[in-house]
Amino acid sequence: MTDKIPVTVLTGYLGAGKTTLLNRILTEQHGKKYAVIVNEFGEIGIDNELVVGADEEVFEMNNGCICCTVRGDLIRILDGLMKRKGKFDAIIVETTGLADPAPVAQTFFMDQDVSDTARLDAVVTVADAKWLSDRLKDAPEAKNQIAFADVIILNKIDLVSESELEEVEARIRAINPYAKVHRTQNCAIPISEVLDRKAFDLDRIIELEPDFLEEGHHHHHDEDMQSVSVAIDGEVDPEKFMPWISNLTQVEGPNILRCKGIVAFPNEPKRFVFQGVHMILDGDVQGEWKPGEKHTSKVVFIGRDLNEKAIKEGFLACAA
Amino acid sequence: MSTGTAPSLSQNVAPLDTGAHVTGIGWLKGTAAFGLGDGGVLLAKDGESHRVEAHPDAGVLVAASDGERFVTGGDDGRVAVTGADGSTKTLAESKGAWIDSLAVNAGGAFAYGVGKRVIARDDKGREKTLEVPSAARGLAFAPKGYRLAISHYNGATLWFPNVEAKPEVLDWKGSHLDVTWSPDARFVVTSMQENALHGWRLIPDKGHMRMSGYPSKTRSFSWSGDGKWLATSGAEAAIIWPFESKEGPMGKAPRECGVRPAKVSRVAFHPNTLVLAVGYEDGCILLIRLNDASELLVRPAVKDSGITAMAWDKGGKRLAFGCEDGQAGILTLP
Repeated sequence: MTDKIPVTVLTGYLGAGKTTLLNRILTEQHGKKYAVIVNEFGEIGIDNELVVGADEEVFEMNNGCICCTVRGDLIRILDGLMKRKGKFDAIIVETTGLADPAPVAQTFFMDQDVSDTARLDAVVTVADAKWLSDRLKDAPEAKNQIAFADVIILNKIDLVSESELEEVEARIRAINPYAKVHRTQNCAIPISEVLDRKAFDLDRIIELEPDFLEEGHHHHHDEDMQSVSVAIDGEVDPEKFMPWISNLTQVEGPNILRCKGIVAFPNEPKRFVFQGVHMILDGDVQGEWKPGEKHTSKVVFIGRDLNEKAIKEGFLACAA
Repeated sequence: MSTGTAPSLSQNVAPLDTGAHVTGIGWLKGTAAFGLGDGGVLLAKDGESHRVEAHPDAGVLVAASDGERFVTGGDDGRVAVTGADGSTKTLAESKGAWIDSLAVNAGGAFAYGVGKRVIARDDKGREKTLEVPSAARGLAFAPKGYRLAISHYNGATLWFPNVEAKPEVLDWKGSHLDVTWSPDARFVVTSMQENALHGWRLIPDKGHMRMSGYPSKTRSFSWSGDGKWLATSGAEAAIIWPFESKEGPMGKAPRECGVRPAKVSRVAFHPNTLVLAVGYEDGCILLIRLNDASELLVRPAVKDSGITAMAWDKGGKRLAFGCEDGQAGILTLP
């Protein structure tokens, strides 16, 4: 488990500053070696790293599920990199500005060879503070990248006023209140905030609280991308919950980009923790409830055109 | 069922330490050539070994041999050729790309893939390029003639590089990985992302063949010397499909040999007899005789030393193998 190679996925719309962040990671003195999978060569000024060009080939799996897509080139590259194990400590995948992060993430769950040797650490999205609001209106890719992120680097804050910054951050929150947002100039950020986040590790999902840097006064609603969270102040019945979550992700999978949850089952000393990408669900019992701790259950979905009412009613009906 | 009771040939194995993940093995007459993940090629003969820097500061991703040359593709974008005398030179170069698909044919031609482009160079040095719909994953020359099978997303392409005619497309939805051509040229078979094989019967009817049921991907194929059997990796036994009839294996069950609680990672048929070398992810190697399923132990399981490459010499006297941790060896049959 522990010796799986961590993989960080770097996304962001064109011009947001992905390459700046990448160069920053690679030039910092950290004593680690990275294998970097990029789409365009030339912009990375590092010679001693292992740099690999990718083709971004998105393949459908032959299982009748339209959202079960993987990155074929990534599977091949990781297979090749494993022949050079020991030459690097971690892998960074930079996607093109127009890429959907889902096939990249799904590759780590759908391909056995990949999941045996590597683990998805986090999806990091770089966003341009000046232009993100416009892109969220006209570029569905930009919206996907925000919705999918575990960490959002809100970059180029020197180009906007404080009120504009609050505005754009509120827009991000309307789509994805659970990502950790950092405001930066030239992507200046401690690397520990970007790498080794373990965002997909079930044992790291210990709480599901929105990340608000400050009290926001804005209440934005994105027209089609939103998050839905539902909590039950108590336990849920696994006989009801398991079929419900499985059916929901099967039926609504194409619209659900990410989901996470921590739920309490009766007579189960541990939390049941799950996370998912589209139709792929990964869940297990993890970490005991502390003595005296209140057993509560909460689920979070981020997606497009989600039926909030149906999700809320569906989950509440699972109460034990 | 395979147990630890199989008679052992392990005292006939000369061990070698190559120092890096063994990605491919070829035999150059009496010399075994090991392509390595650290870019080297280790040449071993009569207990002596000699390392050649075929891909300096890079890695060998794929290797192929025609018995005279050991051709390697690297993550430095080079195709290199190494001879038994230790000489090495660049055959082709494609800056910034990885060369991880490669094929050689006995006439001196070779082909390699760079993304969607497949470049074939014949024995006279004439180079032709074909672009396939998505990245070329596997390449295999037809047993006779200058014709190449290329596996890719949604099928395979059959190409005569020196003929103007449009390449023939074999469709099948999904991502096709490696490709192989039966020795009688009747069948083309690919391994797939979905833990299955797909085959096309080229003669007489272009019929499809689906071979599924594997718990993981097949990444190693081997045809028996008589062309009647195709051994495959990907299960906790070698799965061996019967190809002796012109219909291929359809409607017939495969043989399962060497059932053990570890996945088969490599298979290599003896060149002249129905004996299969089976390498496992746990480092074990068995020789299995097809007729009576009798087994001989070549190497016991070794932790973190899964088998990554195996090759018989032309006469079938010696079997070279290599592992993920750089251990390797040469078995000489008694």
